[in-house]
Amino acid sequence: MTDVMKDPWAKLRAATPARIGLGRNGAGLPTGANLEFQFAHARARDAVHSGLDVDALEAELSPFEVIRVTSAAPDRASYLRRPDLGRKLWAGEADKLNARTPCDVAFVIADGLSSAAVQSHAAAVVHAASAKLEGLTLGPVVVATQARVAIGDEIGAALGARLVVLLVGERPGLTVADSLGAYLTYGPRPGLKDSARNCLSNIHGKGGMSYDQAATKIAWLTREALKRGLTGTGLKEESGVLDQENAPHIGEA
Amino acid sequence: MPIYRTTLGGEVFRFSNLAEVMAKATPARSGDALAGLIATSDVERVAAQMVLADLPLKTFLEELLVPYEEDEVTRLIVDTHDAAAFAPVSHMSVGQFRDWLLSDAATPAALTALAPGLMPEMAAAVSKIMRNRDLIAVARKITVVTAFRSTLGLEGRIGSRLQPNHPQDDLKGIVASTLDGLSYAVGDAVIGINPATDNIPTAMTLISMLDDLRGRYDIPTQSCVLTHVTNSIEIINRGAPLDLVFQSVAGTEAANEGFGVTLSMLKEAHEAALSLNRGTMGQNVMYFETGQGSALSADAHHGIDQQTVEARAYAVCRAFDPLIVNTVVGFIGPEYLYDGKEIIRAGLEDVFCGKLLGLPMGCDVCYTNHAEADQNDMDVLMTLLANARAQFLIGVPGADDIMLNYQSLSFHDIAYLRNSLGLKAAPEFEAWLTAMGLVSETGHLLQSDLGAARLLEAAQ
Repeated sequence: MTDVMKDPWAKLRAATPARIGLGRNGAGLPTGANLEFQFAHARARDAVHSGLDVDALEAELSPFEVIRVTSAAPDRASYLRRPDLGRKLWAGEADKLNARTPCDVAFVIADGLSSAAVQSHAAAVVHAASAKLEGLTLGPVVVATQARVAIGDEIGAALGARLVVLLVGERPGLTVADSLGAYLTYGPRPGLKDSARNCLSNIHGKGGMSYDQAATKIAWLTREALKRGLTGTGLKEESGVLDQENAPHIGEA
Repeated sequence: MPIYRTTLGGEVFRFSNLAEVMAKATPARSGDALAGLIATSDVERVAAQMVLADLPLKTFLEELLVPYEEDEVTRLIVDTHDAAAFAPVSHMSVGQFRDWLLSDAATPAALTALAPGLMPEMAAAVSKIMRNRDLIAVARKITVVTAFRSTLGLEGRIGSRLQPNHPQDDLKGIVASTLDGLSYAVGDAVIGINPATDNIPTAMTLISMLDDLRGRYDIPTQSCVLTHVTNSIEIINRGAPLDLVFQSVAGTEAANEGFGVTLSMLKEAHEAALSLNRGTMGQNVMYFETGQGSALSADAHHGIDQQTVEARAYAVCRAFDPLIVNTVVGFIGPEYLYDGKEIIRAGLEDVFCGKLLGLPMGCDVCYTNHAEADQNDMDVLMTLLANARAQFLIGVPGADDIMLNYQSLSFHDIAYLRNSLGLKAAPEFEAWLTAMGLVSETGHLLQSDLGAARLLEAAQ
């Protein structure tokens, strides 16, 4: 039941990334397949629990001005147990953002549930998207740690931004542990519902959305949102770069 | 209104109402902490459990946790309560009820007869003062038999859902995972796909594909595409070969609103599926999913602890004679069930409460990557649930759901439970497995690859 059993499955295995045709010993998973699984799970857990290297991220974001803030969640364990804390700024952090010239668009980068996703993709997406936002004023890039999507509302309001583009590490899966999501919110202010945002998900390098595709969609949504004065269910993404319908929705917010 | 108070270790503990007693008596979990309902100390929790143990079961009929006027789930619970079935335990306190459940007097027949007499809140209450082993011991005594093309819940058997999801709903990919699962003797409860694209045309394509596959191999099981109940009604109207209607449900009207579902919609769907008359062994045509935390996440929990709200969802399920009910126990995330210990406890509570209320209760033994849990915790829970005689468990290829991005059990795990615990698949499905050369007379997977080769051959 090892090689003899596996070969007939080769054709089927090509049809799906699912873990099929693994073979078995009795009802047990073969050692190799078992360790492969453990590796994938370990990588996903590391993506959740590793801290974001903000210095490295700031260097990559150059020449943008970067402001660092933390959420009200004091550590990872609190962050995971208390989504409400990850959605608001630590007391006093808003002071770093006040008294700025109002801008059209502010990028916010939140570590979310995968610092690996943010580390790998966030700066590249900011650069690619901002290049397509000619004619609009951009605020500083705010990097928020222990942060969830809704923290962008408070940040955007404090900055006086008309719209916030928040990039966030999505809940890691076994196959892809570094998937980035982007949430666009017009008129950011605390208390907005998720239905008031537009979302792109699955920005990553393993068959996901490319930086350029993401940037095109972000730019299209940004311009339409500013023109129409809204984001959310009233604004359908129609830039037509790729069919988003099959993208699984990952419940990060 | 009764006074909820006790003195423990010289300290007086007071609780303002029944909901607070229930919440604070609940074994600790993150969702109740998030909701601000959790006991503030371990001693306060025990005090609440002591108060709860002394309450008459009848209290739940008199003091409704969610008002009758405001909530159609409460109305369903109250209006369908069977006082005659309740009579044998109506004089008991919650603590006495626990003692009775564990005693030999609570025979399988007595428990079956009692089910319509129990409100979900009574089941939840008694579970809060039961240890894990108590939940297993009582759940195991309860038999709930349901059928469509296979018969589930019979003595000495455990069913399985084959879950062949694919991130792009790729038909070849789904077939590949399905054949893999069948070769592990998985799929007797249902072959069920969570579609990545939740619309009617996709669901119809998937339903037809599964029906063709089932027909080609003549498999005595049922298929399901887990799409919204309103889609299923439309799919029935358009004439697709739909076996089971699926819906996620919760324990309050407001939470169900969040799912876009009402009792009248479920009734319409139930009647529509029955009208197709596709079952051969029985006519249980509904498949429900539930899970602790869904009401809180929809901000629709009415200040009730998540386990009690979960039990109320079972009242919704049992109104429609389901084939299977599945608590998706670790899917919702660590803000509701933080770690393996909490997930294991919740899985046992849900299967116990579901079975006690007369439901064909199964479980998706699962976790997400941001929970403090791993496959070892799943190993523990699946083994416990098999001993508790859950109706069915879910299996996905290699325990890795590549569409929903979480981990469940593998096909191997289902085979482990059957091989190591001596449990079998549903009898009709088992006969098919035997005829295909996949399992031995004892239900063990055969070491020979002939059965799998036969499956693959027909797939070419």
